Amino acid sequence: MATTTMTMAKALNAGLRRAMEKDPKVLLMGEDIGKLGGVFRITDGLQKDFGQDRVVDTPLAESAIVGTAVGLAIRGYRCVCEIQFDGFVFPAFDQIVSQVAKLHKRSDGVYNMAMVIRLPFQGGIGAIEHHSESPEALFAHTPGLRVVSCSTPNDAYWMIQQAIESNDPIIFCEPKSRYWEKGEVNLDAPPHGLYDAVVRREGSDVTVVGYGSSVKTMLRAAEAAALEGTSLEVIDVRGVAPIDFPTLVTSLEKTGRLVVVQEAPRTASVGSEIVAELTERCFYSLRAPGVRVAGYHVPYPPARIEEEYRPSVDRVLDAVDQVMGFES
Amino acid sequence: MIDEELVQLLTPEGELVDHPDYACSLSGDEIFSMYRDMVIVRRLCNESTSLQRQGQLALWAPVEGQEGAQIGAGRALAPMDFTFPSYREHGIAWCRGVPPEQVLRLFRAVSTGGWDPQKYRHHVPTIVLGNQVLNAVGYAMGVQRDGAEEAVLTFFGDGASSQGDVLEAFVWASSFNAPVVFFCQNNQFGISTPSSTQSKVPLFRRARGFGFPGVRVDGNDLLACYEVTKAALENARAGGGPTMIEAYTYRMGAHTTSDDPTRYRVDAEVEVWKHRDPIERTKALLVREYQMKPANFIAVSEEAEAFALKLRDDVLAMGRPDPLSMFDDAYSEPHPMIDEGRREMAALLANGGE
Repeated sequence: MATTTMTMAKALNAGLRRAMEKDPKVLLMGEDIGKLGGVFRITDGLQKDFGQDRVVDTPLAESAIVGTAVGLAIRGYRCVCEIQFDGFVFPAFDQIVSQVAKLHKRSDGVYNMAMVIRLPFQGGIGAIEHHSESPEALFAHTPGLRVVSCSTPNDAYWMIQQAIESNDPIIFCEPKSRYWEKGEVNLDAPPHGLYDAVVRREGSDVTVVGYGSSVKTMLRAAEAAALEGTSLEVIDVRGVAPIDFPTLVTSLEKTGRLVVVQEAPRTASVGSEIVAELTERCFYSLRAPGVRVAGYHVPYPPARIEEEYRPSVDRVLDAVDQVMGFES
Repeated sequence: MIDEELVQLLTPEGELVDHPDYACSLSGDEIFSMYRDMVIVRRLCNESTSLQRQGQLALWAPVEGQEGAQIGAGRALAPMDFTFPSYREHGIAWCRGVPPEQVLRLFRAVSTGGWDPQKYRHHVPTIVLGNQVLNAVGYAMGVQRDGAEEAVLTFFGDGASSQGDVLEAFVWASSFNAPVVFFCQNNQFGISTPSSTQSKVPLFRRARGFGFPGVRVDGNDLLACYEVTKAALENARAGGGPTMIEAYTYRMGAHTTSDDPTRYRVDAEVEVWKHRDPIERTKALLVREYQMKPANFIAVSEEAEAFALKLRDDVLAMGRPDPLSMFDDAYSEPHPMIDEGRREMAALLANGGE
């Protein structure tokens, strides 16, 4: 088994490279992704090796990045669009919701809207306004789209390739605060299906569910809880839309207690959906109501106070206490 | 409307005029064939308006008055070119060979598209203003990468010219020298909003600022629309990059059947444009220059009437889609929520929920 250690940023870069080697129809489009290699260097060196026609430094217009990817998809190309930061996706929102999500249907299945829209998302890097947001629920709510999020370098390497191979459009959410963390990457075979939820740590008392940056927070919380004798089962959702509910149900039927962790605001969110769906599916297994640990219902705060906004280990542990204390 | 920059080859009276850059290359038979197209498309339009008034269509977007622009542009296309319409390009759909009843599927609300866009090389209608113009530029970038000698023709109106997507499309087409032709039908109104609200300069002049040529053509002049579009498409196929064409025309009917144009324009203006009708001026030319006889025109009228009857039959035969079909093609690949929705609805229907 060929394994190597790399950062998530490097793993994404290697995954993109492999996808481009495999399929000449794969194009990368985005702002500053060529010579500069992207502001996070995810596409570093790819333009040099694949040329300007395949790694396209675009004019600065997000609606056009996605809108032209639609036309290229009709022509049989597979674009990987880089949106520089989460907060800049909204100029492209119209194209994503009005065209990308609907054209397979509107063409009676003739067109495949095969494209990946890469979104560095979530906060935690001390950035200024519009650089730390979590808009995944807006896309998860939109029929026709799929949404995934990676939390480890190995997943990043494989999920980006699996997403590119998909014939459906995928919003690919990359937790930018984890870009520089290293992990082992198995270069031989993907560990899981693209939408599979994965149990990152087994436990018996509480099922703790999240994705992206929250996975590491949940694992830390599980270590701390273990010291106090509470056993957390940590599940990385990975497929944000559709969600792999059977894996979550199996866990919840065992633990009876649910905590969902996300950076996005709590209301009408992916976490809300997880709690609602699992309440329907596991009602008689539940020992406590599902609890969401999430961002507050405020615009993303200035970074000097973002750690009070983002779910912390302490807030996850408080939620664990809450669901553990529900029954005597 | 007299404008020294307006390309015109055929006057409203049906007289041929010279232009320094463009000349009519069409034979009398070809012009007659395009005349026939215009008559049939107008008949399609009027029959569709009637069908809407009779409750058989949810909506109709009339094209009357714009047949010269659309048949001129549509007949200038090569078979392998690809077109990206807005929602009023019934004449372009006709030229591309889309079966007319399929054009009406959207308006009868039995489909959200209507036809196979790859088969006819004619994209499905786009109702969100300007989205399709960016899609067209992307397609043209694909043509470039394939090294194909094809061009892309995309349509929008004076109203959509204010959309960011259209202006972004101009930037991209220019930056990448994409083989795309932007065909703007300036029919004077975005529903009720006059084109003067969209732009203080003639729309075609915008192109120059983006770095490619803009041409204003008499949109009711079939011959000029054909020649200008043909030249722009040839230039695009040869690697010459984008062109913007502003077809200066007039929407004789309402924006859609939900609209009441008497609230925002005066009859006198409509009367002026009646005298510029694209069909009548082409007919005058055919009589004057090509000795076409009344029998030729009567035959076209009869054909159009038979066409309308068949169209009506085809529309009335379009039944309600199977409710379960809403789950088809929502995704390319299997999706648990689609399976779940389909199961749930199938159970409801089986229990007499239908």
